[in-house]
Amino acid sequence: MSLRAPLGKVLGLGTARDGTDHWWMQRVSAVGLALLGLWFVGSLVSLDDLQYANAHAFIAAPLNSVLMLLLCATLAYHSYLGVQVVVEDYVHAPGIKVVALIASRFAHIVVAAASIYAILRIGLGA
Amino acid sequence: MSNSDRPLSPHLSVYRWPITMTLSILHRGTGLAMSIGLLVMAAWLINTAAGGADYERFTAVMATLFGRLFLIGWSFAFFFHLANGIRHLVWDTGYGLEKQQATASAWFVLIASLVLTVVFWVLLP
Repeated sequence: MSLRAPLGKVLGLGTARDGTDHWWMQRVSAVGLALLGLWFVGSLVSLDDLQYANAHAFIAAPLNSVLMLLLCATLAYHSYLGVQVVVEDYVHAPGIKVVALIASRFAHIVVAAASIYAILRIGLGA
Repeated sequence: MSNSDRPLSPHLSVYRWPITMTLSILHRGTGLAMSIGLLVMAAWLINTAAGGADYERFTAVMATLFGRLFLIGWSFAFFFHLANGIRHLVWDTGYGLEKQQATASAWFVLIASLVLTVVFWVLLP
């Protein structure tokens, strides 16, 4: 026996089969960010100073480069998931909502790409 | 189709404002603030990649009063969102959801994030 309404069946609307995906990935990226964030803050306070040479050398170290890449990518991803929920909760006009969601996604991808490019330049000594 | 006069749940205005509601909206607020702060994080990396002169210009902006206030606010947002995020993860396992426990963990998170912010700025070179 199906509990679905006849109209729903005809329209073909139903679960997109990713019901818990957003919720779950928000948690997974949160765990990653807790670890990466604590590493980043711990690294900042253990530097001798925050002048150019020191900051550059810190990011250029291979392990730090990789962790910075992971940090920036995960930050952008987690941030996008969060902003998406905020937009969906508070922006009700359909047109503005879609535009805001697309703009947010583009902005996050641009920020992530720019950060990753900068880290690679520093790490690869370009 | 929808009646705009209809009350929306949650009926926030009928409750005496508890600390847990403050933390709930602060979690969203600090998250959103840090999303905007990502631009500054990217600017830091781009200016580091660009070379010493650009890096000096960036740190000069950050050393202004506005820059300092932004960084202090950002560090608090980070520690708060981290601590309260862990509180949320504990909730997701099904623990700590009783009213008294949630109130106690709220105060713990608030005080811990303030302490961590102060410790961070004391330790920062």
